Amino acid sequence: MTVASAKSSDATPRTGERWPRRKRKSQERLAFWLLLPAAVAVFGVIIYPVIRTLIISFLNVNSALATDTPFVGLSNYTHLLTNPSFWSPMGRTLYFTIVSTALELGFGLIVAGLLNARLKARWLFRAVVVIPWAVPTIVSAAMWKGILNAQYGALNALLTQIGVIHEYQVWLGDPMTALNMVILADVWKMTPLVAFFLLAGLNSIPSELYEAAKIDRASWPRIFRSIVLPMLVPSISIVLVLRTIEAFKVFDIIYLMTRGGPVNGTQTIAYYAYVTAFSDQNFGLGSALSVFIVLVILMLTTVYLRLLRRSEMSLL
Amino acid sequence: MKRNTRYAVLVHTGAAIVSMVILAPFAWMVIASVSPQRMLISTPLRWFPDHLYLDRYAQIFSTELGSVGSGFRAAVVNSIVVAVGTVAVAMVVGVLGAYAFARLRFRFRRSVLALFLVTYMLPQVALLIPLYLILNSLGLLDTRVGLILVDCALVIPFVLWILSNYFLTIPVELEDAARIDGTSRLGALFWVILPAARPGIFAAIMFAFLLAWDEFMYALIFTSSSAAKTLTVVISEFAGRYTTDFGLVAAGGILAALPPIIVAVAFQRYVVSGMAAGGVKG
Repeated sequence: MTVASAKSSDATPRTGERWPRRKRKSQERLAFWLLLPAAVAVFGVIIYPVIRTLIISFLNVNSALATDTPFVGLSNYTHLLTNPSFWSPMGRTLYFTIVSTALELGFGLIVAGLLNARLKARWLFRAVVVIPWAVPTIVSAAMWKGILNAQYGALNALLTQIGVIHEYQVWLGDPMTALNMVILADVWKMTPLVAFFLLAGLNSIPSELYEAAKIDRASWPRIFRSIVLPMLVPSISIVLVLRTIEAFKVFDIIYLMTRGGPVNGTQTIAYYAYVTAFSDQNFGLGSALSVFIVLVILMLTTVYLRLLRRSEMSLL
Repeated sequence: MKRNTRYAVLVHTGAAIVSMVILAPFAWMVIASVSPQRMLISTPLRWFPDHLYLDRYAQIFSTELGSVGSGFRAAVVNSIVVAVGTVAVAMVVGVLGAYAFARLRFRFRRSVLALFLVTYMLPQVALLIPLYLILNSLGLLDTRVGLILVDCALVIPFVLWILSNYFLTIPVELEDAARIDGTSRLGALFWVILPAARPGIFAAIMFAFLLAWDEFMYALIFTSSSAAKTLTVVISEFAGRYTTDFGLVAAGGILAALPPIIVAVAFQRYVVSGMAAGGVKG
């Protein structure tokens, strides 16, 4: 990758005092005008909501039409942190994050390896792999809900007909099983994206490394452990953090498949925030929850940016 | 030689198995959408219909008022308008901004880029209530324009990220040559960078389209009628209303999944180049 990095270091503007002041001023002005539309479109939409959510998180707002909204300081936050009904969604989110990310990374590695292999109909395989990712989340959730249906679902039919189970299971009826099924739907949908990320990492491994290993007559597991995995560390870290962030935001799948049930068994943190604000109309608490999620995600984002910087990202 | 055959058998079997696992649930959705209801609720389940039953698609496309289809057809139009509108705005705005990030020197460049990326990490649920109030006061609730507005805020950081990384991989010399010939910076962006960045542009368009088409939460809260309801919302209503008619949900789902699948399959060879430039460079 030396060629690419040489190119990109050329591309970043030169540093030092040589830069004439006038030229610099004109570049800054141009940059301002070029970035203005994007900034207006993004920050124009989110700045006010972010500030407002932050303010509401310090107030007691119990209905959408409330006129009396007393300032309650940090009590929404302390209420959250001392409340078990906050920690169980938190635990579920962690479980969801760890299990789904681990599975997606594991399967993603296999799929990435196959995408990278010398296949006859490579384009066809790539086209197949891209499909779950292209299917809208809501559609894939509806699909899995149908497949997992206790009475008529295809999963029960299949497992009974091949003799794995002897009576129909209620896949979405028990909290733990339901959470695992939501994870299954997430893994089906997101593994392709993870695989493509890892493939991009695989492509960046110089072929000389493989050739050197071949000359040394290294075995495949050995090559995987000593060349592929270390070279994939940047992609794997990015996938890890991105998927964690997504897991903290997961909403669509749960809304469609289980509405957080049974017995709140699939209520993750973002869904809990949604329920608190919209069903319970407790906007103060809901906002505090949102702020909390943002803080956790911001923490992860910092990690993400650090990893990127370490992996030779010339922009940051 | 023998080792090569073994390799070929191994990877082809692997690819076949993976394809089957990926396609099986989706294939079942396709089959269910064209199977008569009595077959879908039979035990033991029969996997293949004895005849093609296309009534559900007819229902969905029926023009009769108050039928299943009336809301669906409007949603198709809404989804297309919202997704295409969002992609168009995000690409224009994104190309300009990405050029600034990749080529210009200005104060706080890193921080501004980081700020854009941080917004992508905000959960939508944190913004719902205030955004609802804003859209309401602007009269943009339940309109496609309102949805494009909020979707753009989701999509633009992503587009900026992919494009500015891709622009970085284009040699500056190309642009310098054009500028010596008297082309302005914007001229160079238009005539030199954009043609050279085609894979990156396609990757960005594809990501933006999938993101906009997939968007659910904003559409769920900010739309209430067929004036702006998108397909994702209609499908979720289908899934809630017709719990025992998986065939109908499946038919709607397949129609809703078709446009992004076509886009993704058509553009799939740009996915990796877009991502490789998008920060996974080793």
